[in-house]
Amino acid sequence: MLGRTVSLQIRTPEGVSFQLPLAGPVTRGLALMVDLLVLLAIMITVSIIFTIFNAFFAGLPYIGPYLTDLGTGAFILFTFVLFMLYGAILEWLWKGQTVGKRVLHLRVMDERGLSLTLGQIVIRNLFRLVDIMPSAFYLIGGIFCTLTKRCQRIGDIAAGTVVVREVTVNVPEIGEILDQIDNSFASHPHLEARLRQNSGPEEARIALDAVLRRNELGERERLMVFGEIADHFRELTEFPEDITLGLSDEQYVRNVVDTLYRRAVA
Amino acid sequence: MILDLNQFVSKERPYWDELTAVLKKQEEQPDWKMSLPEARRFHYLYQRASSDLVKLKTFAGEVEVAQFLENLVARSYSRLHEKRGSTIPFRPVHWFLRVFPSTFRRHWIAFMISLFSFLIGGLFGAGVMKFAPQHKTSFIGSFSHLSGKPSDRVAKEEKKQFDGFERRNTFSAQLMANNIRVTILAMVVGVFFGIFTVFLLFYNGIILGVVVFDYIADGQGVFLTGWLLPHGSVEIPAIILGGQAGLIIAHAMFGWGTNLRLAQRFRRIRSDLLTIVGGAALMLVWAGLVESFLSQYHGPTVYPIKIAFGVLQLIALICFLLFAGRTRQPDSIHAG
Repeated sequence: MLGRTVSLQIRTPEGVSFQLPLAGPVTRGLALMVDLLVLLAIMITVSIIFTIFNAFFAGLPYIGPYLTDLGTGAFILFTFVLFMLYGAILEWLWKGQTVGKRVLHLRVMDERGLSLTLGQIVIRNLFRLVDIMPSAFYLIGGIFCTLTKRCQRIGDIAAGTVVVREVTVNVPEIGEILDQIDNSFASHPHLEARLRQNSGPEEARIALDAVLRRNELGERERLMVFGEIADHFRELTEFPEDITLGLSDEQYVRNVVDTLYRRAVA
Repeated sequence: MILDLNQFVSKERPYWDELTAVLKKQEEQPDWKMSLPEARRFHYLYQRASSDLVKLKTFAGEVEVAQFLENLVARSYSRLHEKRGSTIPFRPVHWFLRVFPSTFRRHWIAFMISLFSFLIGGLFGAGVMKFAPQHKTSFIGSFSHLSGKPSDRVAKEEKKQFDGFERRNTFSAQLMANNIRVTILAMVVGVFFGIFTVFLLFYNGIILGVVVFDYIADGQGVFLTGWLLPHGSVEIPAIILGGQAGLIIAHAMFGWGTNLRLAQRFRRIRSDLLTIVGGAALMLVWAGLVESFLSQYHGPTVYPIKIAFGVLQLIALICFLLFAGRTRQPDSIHAG
């Protein structure tokens, strides 16, 4: 829905769950704008070609008028097919993408996370006729896209498709961050072992997230977040005062992260 | 237990990189066909990445690596269940001669409702002309050549010399584009529970009813039949087929008699919709050619030919839709 980032939850037959981030109405609207510009450019180019064609053949005796009539008829049909099937042809060739979707890193997908079938592609593009109403303002499609949980226009609902954002995610280099941590807990391996035993994955994830994203926080928020996390881990395992005295909350959490992620036994 | 993330990533990363490379190749070369060993390797890499994702979510709770793996698994899952290569190749002749008529028959109730909506519109149009002919222009205002007295138009049309099919290509292209658009529209507005589909058919019926009554009342029945029948015998059924597809959608929207979810109901009818609307579009291409190159030429000498053509075409169409593509039932085995 508007203002909320939603994702498509998929559970594979192997029991693995994953999420696909869905495109919102604004992003989809921008992709549509790009596609409309592309259509306009194609139309202008083709109409220039047809005008030249007609001008060239119009003067020919006997067959000239017939050829120009044929050219005009072909142009009308080309325009119709272009507007009806532009999306369908590109989505089929580029596996769910048009020019606009490529530019904005969007892709049409089956709502079960599968690749698209030709039938789905054609149906979602035929339903554009109703989505663009009234006239060509995309009001109906826009309203449906804004109000439905998965941001689907009517064509998407009929075809069982969603538009997802293609996010390029690289493997984060955690090693570099851990290398920067000077862990004073390392002198007490038995307490580190207890900390690992007492900590669960969720707590470890929170601590690691805080270290990885420290620069995204303001100074006050950073103090507060690290304070709370450090207090939590202090309750789980008590380290002697000689190594914790004068240790800031942030450094305490860094030590915890290093202990949990580097030294743990898989 | 918490995973040693650093060690885990270093150990698994070569497999993830290999899988990423396979996916990239598939995306860059859509026609690339894997050999059996390559497909097996791809499946193995997918399973390994899936297993890593589960392991990571259970034992590490780390966000960014998990996101990376989710992305990788999602792309692999989609490619692994790719359906376009496994579908039966499209056979256009088989589709048109067997699949299209049998799909039409399977949804005959929707067609009958569509037909009746059109006919009731026609009767309403005729009623308007009978009891309130002053409203004629309200219904056919956009067809300027129909707004005058029919006998005047007939006299004018019959005086015209043969124009050597001047501007006929342009005209037929306009007819095809417009009629196909109307047919698709009749289908897609079915999503509003069929209300607009029925209204569209009813409205088109009114226009035809007004015109038919107007010409017959003016004694121009032969001209009307010779003018409308050659193309109308295909064009009107095609638009009613569009309405049939719209009413199939409406039925799916209501979901009567099934426990399936809306998405599942749509999945069931999707290919039928494409078949019906595709068949109707082909019919409209033919109707556009006939209307442009035959229907528009008038004269007492050509009326019998045009009417005979239209009647034969209508009979052929009815026979095609009712009987084509039927499979012979095996003889029943009688016990004893």
